[in-house]
Amino acid sequence: MATDILMPALSPTMEQGKLAKWLKKEGDKVKPGDVLAEIETDKATMEVEAVDEGVLAKILVSDGTDNVAVNTPIAILAGEGEDASTVASKGPSAPAPAAQPAPTPDAQAEGLADRPAPTERPQQTDLSTPAAPSVITNRTAYNAMAEIPEGTELVNMTVREALRDAMAEEMRQDDKVLVMGEEVAEYQGAYKVTQGLLQEFGARRVIDTPITEHGFAGIGVGAAFTGLRPVVEFMTFNFAMQAIDQIINSAAKTLYMSGGQLGAPIVFRGPNGAAARVGAQHSQDFSAWYSQIPGLKVVAPYTASDAKGLLKSAIRDPNPIVFLENEILYGQSFPVPKLDDFTVPIGKARIHREGTDVTIVSFSIGMTYALKAAQELEKEGISAEVIDLRTIRPMDTETIVASVMKTGRCITVEEGYPQSGVGAEIAMRIMENAFDYLDAPVIRITGKDVPMPYAANLEKLALPSVAEVVQAAKAVCYR
Amino acid sequence: MAVAARKAGRAGTGAANKSTPNTPQFDKNQDLAAYNDMLLIRRFEEKSGQMYGMGLIGGFCHLYIGQEAVVVGMQMATKEGDQVITGYRDHGHMLACGMDAKGVMAELTGRRGGLSKGKGGSMHMFSKEKHFYGGHGIVGAQVSLGTGIAFANRYRDNGNVCLTYFGDGAANQGQVYESFNMAQLWKLPVVYVIENNRYAMGTAVSRASAQTDFSKRGVSFGIPGEQVDGMDVRAVYAAGQRAIEHARSGKGPYILEMQTYRYRGHSMSDPAKYRTKDEVTRMREEHDPIEQVRRRLLESWKLSEDELKAIDSKVREIVNESAEFATHDPEPDPSELYTDILL
Repeated sequence: MATDILMPALSPTMEQGKLAKWLKKEGDKVKPGDVLAEIETDKATMEVEAVDEGVLAKILVSDGTDNVAVNTPIAILAGEGEDASTVASKGPSAPAPAAQPAPTPDAQAEGLADRPAPTERPQQTDLSTPAAPSVITNRTAYNAMAEIPEGTELVNMTVREALRDAMAEEMRQDDKVLVMGEEVAEYQGAYKVTQGLLQEFGARRVIDTPITEHGFAGIGVGAAFTGLRPVVEFMTFNFAMQAIDQIINSAAKTLYMSGGQLGAPIVFRGPNGAAARVGAQHSQDFSAWYSQIPGLKVVAPYTASDAKGLLKSAIRDPNPIVFLENEILYGQSFPVPKLDDFTVPIGKARIHREGTDVTIVSFSIGMTYALKAAQELEKEGISAEVIDLRTIRPMDTETIVASVMKTGRCITVEEGYPQSGVGAEIAMRIMENAFDYLDAPVIRITGKDVPMPYAANLEKLALPSVAEVVQAAKAVCYR
Repeated sequence: MAVAARKAGRAGTGAANKSTPNTPQFDKNQDLAAYNDMLLIRRFEEKSGQMYGMGLIGGFCHLYIGQEAVVVGMQMATKEGDQVITGYRDHGHMLACGMDAKGVMAELTGRRGGLSKGKGGSMHMFSKEKHFYGGHGIVGAQVSLGTGIAFANRYRDNGNVCLTYFGDGAANQGQVYESFNMAQLWKLPVVYVIENNRYAMGTAVSRASAQTDFSKRGVSFGIPGEQVDGMDVRAVYAAGQRAIEHARSGKGPYILEMQTYRYRGHSMSDPAKYRTKDEVTRMREEHDPIEQVRRRLLESWKLSEDELKAIDSKVREIVNESAEFATHDPEPDPSELYTDILL
């Protein structure tokens, strides 16, 4: 009996990809393990292997097709004795997610899904010419871009591309800037964040390390002591646990211990927090951990424009910076100002959306829950102000407090654990600075107090949800 | 200056070799310089011990007494620009690098004139000017850091070598081998100086190390190494020259196991009950690094007792001045609590 061959997913977060090339043609006999085709995303390339024996009866998606959704039938395999010319596709075996349109500012504000939908973008051939530009015309409706001069041209760009551009721009300006980490050079980055850097800057400045986090973190700090400006990539921050001694004891404390003589201008960056379906050891948010350490700055951007502007600032900063990215956000697109040298100051929160009834404070991927909740609350007549912290340390208490003085209510949203979390810190700062303005106790929405489970349903339960944010916002509004 | 014989060096073979029994000779000026520098460390450390006993120095205080030939011999083999990084037993390294004795002592007493303004303490002093990168309290951390300094040397192609010191205890830390691997992979200009003083705090080498020949610790990476009589400053100097030349010439890292001995406990609070008094006495009487040079100065170079006394009193003067300064210099201003956290 005929079988559909479906577009596979390279990773749990992939939704679509390019069918780059067929290696078999219609009528070819195939056996299990034969390579049928190659598929590509902007992250990686993979071969599609045959699982069953038979004849490749019909190719449904031709070479070079972009944006093929995962689970779309791409070919039909005829079984033994079947007439290959009469077989027909049964159609997608599971509902295939539709291709995500590149988010416009409005689409971002609406939020795309309860759990943010990562968009696996097809490989771009020319990375320097992104999508059609838009222009800021109305600043009040565009708080996210309040720092940018009116009339600035905007280009849509993924967080991944924005981070790469930030590094490339800083490397062009300063020979002391280098990038090191696992798979950053020849492989083009485990998550393709360093794509193209080796080609432009060469092996002296883009350095593949062995799998040896403790060692290369220490090497990075030692190099920074001499005045180089290393950007050390951790494949994920989970692996930085092996190196946390060098980050804290060597990078963060030496300036103080040397009476101001010897600092470490270094950036530790990489994806932080939960990806999707990768279990407890690969799904942890370290924002609160690093934010406790004097001598470090801790940055956790949400939008591509903040990712770019903040990473550029981080590389120029004379202090050690922990720069927490998020794998799910890498593929999401945002408008980024087209400016020669766009930086965002470290330590300043941004009011992403203005409101009057309740303040929602979040950062990084937490913003996706916060913004979606704000949309839902609006339908129920509650006006939520959403603050994107952007920097966890030093924390912009002023912006939070000013907002709480206006709304009288606050909830916090993060994927990290509740105990001693960023939300706990925010609640305390509000107590210290705006207690008399509060009309309700602060509520924190966090990841649950459990190691991250693998099962899809349990994982969803372990993460915050939009419903929890909405419910909390209503509770503090006594609705 | 006489160049020491290069008999023992079999660089590049990855094999570990005991340094030659034909110890290279020093000329008079070299012996005088070594004597002076080692004596300064010895007297400084004795004074530190006293001041610790008087309650002027707090916390941890790890003395270098007995190991002086290692850092002094190695410094004699360096050139301007070469860097030094070490662990917590660091006072000797700072003095050998030419850092001001007053500043070191005042840091030990936690005063504002200390090299780290009183905020670092015994284990945390630095001097960019003297190319000394600390002073690190986490056992083994300085090995990755020193490898990073060597990485920067290669990145800048400045011809400098980083001397990275650690003990027999630190030699069992994982990041040491992570660093060895990258240093050899990238041919970094680093010399790993393992100061084997036989005890990791209270644990004898044989109780902690499956391979007690530390010069072989780089064999699986192809890093050459040799065991050196770390009580003889001439042997240290000769081995240091070979190792530094190897690293500077682009051949990558080199390991020197310095066989040495600390006379005092691990720190001031250590009664050292894990070894016999006889063992310590024998080392002091038969192998003391300063006494060896002193004998040569008297016998080979025909210095008089008076001439040696003059050196002694000059050294004592420096040490006493540093102690005086460190005792009377004020503590840091309370406002210093919140400075130097970020730039």
